[in-house]
Amino acid sequence: MPFSRRNFLKGAAATGAAAAAAATVTVAPAEARENKTMPPKAVGLLYDSTLCIGCKACVVACREANDMPPEVQTADKLWDTPLDLSGHTLNVIKLYAEGTAMHKDQVKDGFAFVKKSCMHCVDPSCVSVCPVSAMRKDPETGIVSHHPEACIGCRYCVASCPFGVPHFQYDTPTPRIEKCQMCRHRQAVGQIPACAEVCPTGATLFGPVAGLKAEAERRHALPPGQSATFPRKTVDDLADGHTKAVGHYLPATYGEHEMGGTQMMLLSGVPFDKLGYPALSETSNASVSESLQHGIYKNMAAPVAVLAGLMYAAHKHTKHDGRDED
Amino acid sequence: MSKHAPLGGSLVTRTTVIAAALFVLSLVLLAVRFLKGLGAVANINNGYPWGIWVAYDVVIGTAFACGGYAMALLVYILNKGKYHPLVRPALLASMFGYSLGGFSVIFDLGRYWNFWHIMTPGYANPNSVMFEVALCVACYCVVLWLEFTPAFAEKWGGPALKRRLNNVLFVFIALGCLLPTMHQSSLGTLLVVFGQLIHPLWQTRLLPLLFLLSALAMGFSIVIFEATLVTSAYKRPSEARILAFVTRYIVVLMSAYLLLRWGDLAYEGKLGLVFSSGGLSLMFWLENILFALPIVLMGPKANRVDERLQFLSAVSMLLGGGLYRIDAYLVAYGRPGWHYFPSVGELLVTLGIIALEVLAYIVFVKRLPVLHPVHASGETHAVERAPAALTTE
Repeated sequence: MPFSRRNFLKGAAATGAAAAAAATVTVAPAEARENKTMPPKAVGLLYDSTLCIGCKACVVACREANDMPPEVQTADKLWDTPLDLSGHTLNVIKLYAEGTAMHKDQVKDGFAFVKKSCMHCVDPSCVSVCPVSAMRKDPETGIVSHHPEACIGCRYCVASCPFGVPHFQYDTPTPRIEKCQMCRHRQAVGQIPACAEVCPTGATLFGPVAGLKAEAERRHALPPGQSATFPRKTVDDLADGHTKAVGHYLPATYGEHEMGGTQMMLLSGVPFDKLGYPALSETSNASVSESLQHGIYKNMAAPVAVLAGLMYAAHKHTKHDGRDED
Repeated sequence: MSKHAPLGGSLVTRTTVIAAALFVLSLVLLAVRFLKGLGAVANINNGYPWGIWVAYDVVIGTAFACGGYAMALLVYILNKGKYHPLVRPALLASMFGYSLGGFSVIFDLGRYWNFWHIMTPGYANPNSVMFEVALCVACYCVVLWLEFTPAFAEKWGGPALKRRLNNVLFVFIALGCLLPTMHQSSLGTLLVVFGQLIHPLWQTRLLPLLFLLSALAMGFSIVIFEATLVTSAYKRPSEARILAFVTRYIVVLMSAYLLLRWGDLAYEGKLGLVFSSGGLSLMFWLENILFALPIVLMGPKANRVDERLQFLSAVSMLLGGGLYRIDAYLVAYGRPGWHYFPSVGELLVTLGIIALEVLAYIVFVKRLPVLHPVHASGETHAVERAPAALTTE
């Protein structure tokens, strides 16, 4: 074929058309899958930063309940001092501090505590991306569990979690992914998650997600400064509750909409992004990814059709030179 | 007589000895990784769980190995017979590139002993883009070795086996064109789920298309790159005239790529970020300049037969495609407070894998019928075959 302008343009036009077709497939809205919906018997945690006193009893209880070794950082190796979530720590309490850090739940010259553990997303990225179904979401309770016996250690879950939760162990030849599983082994025998069980102020509460959401709304409606009763351990456990002045809540519950909603939710007096909880879209990343992937590969129709065309062309173009060609 | 012949010559040269030494060194480092864990060799961490063993060895490595894919499309699907001498060496490089990409996955997997789960019903998760990539890459590795069997058959099998092979080869050729189309685009789709963790200059739903177009252009570029190196290293006659035709496919593909990438940024209202993203703006511009260079250089007809400009265009395209992938997977990815830069050990392992690829390539072209033989006239076989196509230029 002569290398002419006409042929060049023909080629360019064909490539452009193919690219345009592919682009249409790529963004076809008809294939879009919506966010997944909250499971019927969803359970979760509500963490209230204004109630937290930073005692870290939940960090210790979590370690014991999940049989995790202490993380030592000091020379004498006498302290369990986890700095953040890790391959050996499933739950931490962190501190926000600014300026003189004199006033609780205040941005300027203030401080606030924050809990970090798995959010148990309604539409989790980790479950969507795991190539071997080692991350699973319980269809009833919505607990996101991890199954090391299936895991290949590819760390796609670590890379894709919008909250930075699953952690991998880089310090062993037989590593595991670790993350909070809402003490599903305790729930299986009628107990509640260890962090909620030991929290002395009810800053971490366990319960049905609907009940936790109602409790969050109640707190938002309470007048700041007035005294009110707060449940401990579980959301309906007012008998064991305590009375305390209502904090200055920001008018939002983190986790209600982020990434299509999460089963762990947070209340705070300090903006969530200052506590390490970023602003996120309401559309889950999993739904965007799956819409795109399944849009391209719907019923494998496109690949099969393309393969048929390729086989026809390859057959036609190789059959005549069978003598000594490849 | 076959149109291909082994180059012959000694296998022990300075290049092969250095390559072998680098590979042995990487094996030592890998032994440490298997005894002590990934962290003992690699700098990857829970903020950057994927390092260069994923971004280079798998993502860039397989894109560099798209020469076989690109040439098979050209010769067997679009029926451009004149490129035939370029097919077998390209397939060979692809075969090694993909096989070693697959091998790299194994040592990057934390729980490699379970790797078979990914293709096992009951474990496999079709929602996972990685499932699709793994399945396609594994199948394509097999297909590449099968596509290359005519070379083995010529050496050891005899004409009967070769004839039988030819009757079914079209199936493998077709698969060899479909599978890379699927997984090279999926290597882009893989990043979509990262959402806001990837800078908006890179995060787009066009990722699969941008990855596919650039992978194809990298495939054509690696053919030019390798042909030029082989010509110079083994003192063979220049293939510049036939490579001139290959360059225009790069021009077309990358024009489409740049149009789509910039059109998407404009459509999404992200054009301002092109200047306002600090170091990332710089990386973005560097990529785009490297992508635009082959278009600028290979646009004028007179330049296309210039061996040096061809080589420069190919290198620019390969660097651009590589940088685009490093940026999308590592530089533009991140969480506050985390840092990653590959360790010396990590880099040496990657270097060892590249060295093994070079070593195997040299052994194969010297011992197996891969390249078209040079005739007394100094022309290779195919140029004799297709004079019309070239003289009408």
